[in-house]
Amino acid sequence: MSRKGFAAFALIVVLLPLALTNNYTYEVAILVGLNAIVCVGLNLLIGYAGQISLGHAGFFGLGAYGSAILAARYGWPPLAALAAAIAAVSLVAWIIGKPVLRLKGHYLAMATLGLGIIVSVVLSTEDRVTGGPDGMAVPPLALAGFVLQGEKLWYWIVAAVLLATVWLALNLIDSPRGRAWRALHGSEVAAGAIGIDPARHKLSAFVLSAALAALAGALTAHYSGFITPSKASFLHSIELVTMVVFGGMASTFGAVVGAAILTTLPQLLTMFKEYEMVMLGAVMMLTMIFMPQGLVPTLEKALAAARRKPQ
Amino acid sequence: MSAQLVQFLLAGLTLGAIYALVALGFAIIYNASHVINFAQGEFVMIGGMAATAFVDSGLPLPLAALAAVAAATLVGFLLEKLAVEPARNASVVTLIIITIGASILLRGLASLVWDKKIHSLPAFSGEAPIAIGGATLLPQTLWVLGATLVTVAALWWFFNRTLTGKAILAVSHNPLAARLMGISVRRVLLVSFGLSAALGALAGILIAPISFTSWDIGVMLGLKGFAAAILGGLGSGPGAIAGGLALGLIEALGAGYLSSAYKDVFAFVIILAALVFLPNGLAGKRAAERV
Amino acid sequence: MLLRAENLSKSFGGVAAVQAVELGVAPGAVHSIIGPNGAGKTTLLNLLCGIYRPDNGKIVFKEKDVTGCAPHEFAAAGIGRTFQNLQIFFNMSVLENVMAGRWLHEACGLAAALLRPPGLARAEQRARAESEELLAFVGLERWARLPSDGLPYGALKRLEIARALAARPKLLLLDEPAAGLNPTETREIDQLIRRIAERGITVVLVEHNMKLVMEVSQRVLVLDHGRKLAEGDPESVSRDPQVIEAYLGVEA
Repeated sequence: MSRKGFAAFALIVVLLPLALTNNYTYEVAILVGLNAIVCVGLNLLIGYAGQISLGHAGFFGLGAYGSAILAARYGWPPLAALAAAIAAVSLVAWIIGKPVLRLKGHYLAMATLGLGIIVSVVLSTEDRVTGGPDGMAVPPLALAGFVLQGEKLWYWIVAAVLLATVWLALNLIDSPRGRAWRALHGSEVAAGAIGIDPARHKLSAFVLSAALAALAGALTAHYSGFITPSKASFLHSIELVTMVVFGGMASTFGAVVGAAILTTLPQLLTMFKEYEMVMLGAVMMLTMIFMPQGLVPTLEKALAAARRKPQ
Repeated sequence: MSAQLVQFLLAGLTLGAIYALVALGFAIIYNASHVINFAQGEFVMIGGMAATAFVDSGLPLPLAALAAVAAATLVGFLLEKLAVEPARNASVVTLIIITIGASILLRGLASLVWDKKIHSLPAFSGEAPIAIGGATLLPQTLWVLGATLVTVAALWWFFNRTLTGKAILAVSHNPLAARLMGISVRRVLLVSFGLSAALGALAGILIAPISFTSWDIGVMLGLKGFAAAILGGLGSGPGAIAGGLALGLIEALGAGYLSSAYKDVFAFVIILAALVFLPNGLAGKRAAERV
Repeated sequence: MLLRAENLSKSFGGVAAVQAVELGVAPGAVHSIIGPNGAGKTTLLNLLCGIYRPDNGKIVFKEKDVTGCAPHEFAAAGIGRTFQNLQIFFNMSVLENVMAGRWLHEACGLAAALLRPPGLARAEQRARAESEELLAFVGLERWARLPSDGLPYGALKRLEIARALAARPKLLLLDEPAAGLNPTETREIDQLIRRIAERGITVVLVEHNMKLVMEVSQRVLVLDHGRKLAEGDPESVSRDPQVIEAYLGVEA
């Protein structure tokens, strides 16, 4: 099923530019794609491995600033800076993940929340390196001398990265390791009884999702040419979790759909900018109260139920 | 003791008292429902902002304060009825998202109902600073500390001497047994939310003359109050107070002696260290999972 | 001895759940642990698979000291277990529950999991086929593709056994496998345990159902208030006066 789903998804991504009329719509599509990359990773952590992270924007911000600083202040070739930033963030996630993932439930939520806030405050305060609250400029990505700029080109870059991410995630979920993660979520004690080491697997899920967030962050920085600490804020972390939870936990396509809907909605409703917070809050509450599984799994169940009804 | 140290200690105690009140709100709700109410900080905001609005509309300060606490309590009731009760059996992640959503919603409503400007209340008994051993003390600080002490004493009396208070404690220990004894868990939840909201609003009103109030002060205060509650051991009332005071002192001393730019970070660094080394908080109990 | 426990003790908050228990499990036999409620049976089982760490004593499995190891290390050594309160992976289908049990024998690295090389795809097919065989072994083959949360209680108990068997344990600990089952289902569990023993897997079960215990076990250990009361073959244990007194009390 997921193979056919992936093919359909790939088709949508390839055909979407036919519906994109101007630079602005391309920009929104690119933003959706970047958010979706983070959300697919975050979904692996929350929906499959069953952990919580209320500070993932911290990894996003670290990836963005890491790549930006290496490229802008140290003159690294942007692609090398990007790769190095992702590697560095993965290492950071690995180091802090070990002690933090021993926590569960609200305690884990608090720890990840605290980490995210520490990152965002540091990024905002160390202005000599990061440019402070006003942010810093980021050189564009370049491949063999060819500068990668422009909405249309970036659409294809982000689309390729997103398709690769989704493909990797689908492979992972349907593999022994994916089942080990889902087992952890299902019952940690039973997972231990079949030889699954909870600490090791929670850590690899955490690091993988952090790496994806860092990748999306670095791409965002080079695409926009600019980065501010608000990208690492608590609010951004909450927006990301909301996209995952709204779209559907333990559903890769759900994560993409959640990112798509919750990124485009505010754009469509710019006239209601003042109501943005009220609407975000309302969406979060109403979804969790009436559709706790998320949009895509709820729809899937409804479709399955309708198919089974006698005609 | 140097005057500077005394100054920082006083600032820390003042801040700590506020954090303690917020943390108590977390503890009361968590005890009754095992929900972490991420909207707790918004009650502080509502208290301060509503009081300011009432004062601006002509009400004398004491009445405005009362009205603001009442308004916040009402919001607390609504939050429980509309957001928490429908999702009573949901998972931890779901409930976290709901209350975070509620906090965002309340913040958005505040910016629409009032505005995004900074407001303040007049100090309760004037602004003439009092000199104590080289340090200066604002009279408002005495109000904050005094009111917190009175509140804590009142809460102690409430939980140990009144039937409603004991009912809330019963529910926190064993909801099923409490229900079998005829205690309405639903009503206990409602009272818990209302009480926590009132505590938060009180904190917001007390602190408004010193550190002002605006539509978004709730976020950091709520998060730090949560950190204080965890520091003291989730669910423990005395722990919440101790955690709040500790956090306030750490923040004031850290901002004074180390770095004021990183003021907000001290609380979270401490809480991270505490979580990693003291997973059940200063006073928390370890719960064993039955398999 | 396949499994040996010496002087095992465990207390919770001052209450001694298990005190100085010695036991030996011989390979190939079906052992039962019985005792009145609160005797410490599940605590003992939890000690034998690493969920609890003993306050005192030693556990030796296949001549290796495994005292203090983590549960997943016990599992890797060859001890499997089912749970009194079902711990089914309700977020997975019936088949996936069993496939998950194979982790110890088909661990794959993260890179392989992400990239799905042809070797992995073939291994997955094999995993699916062998898991379906295990489901057939416990009688659940019809329900393979269904979500596990739709199954009746008796089926779920058998699913837990299938999942535990997927890990290919040498020793299988069954915690009240017949709890909550009607006589027909209990007979099926009885036959299942015999078939498991025929496969060469040593079984230790904690049970309240005396009929099942007497029919299926070769050795019985009786616990009372955390201490070993009696040990031996089912016949002699059932006639032991101390055992009778523990269960039925003394005549006034």
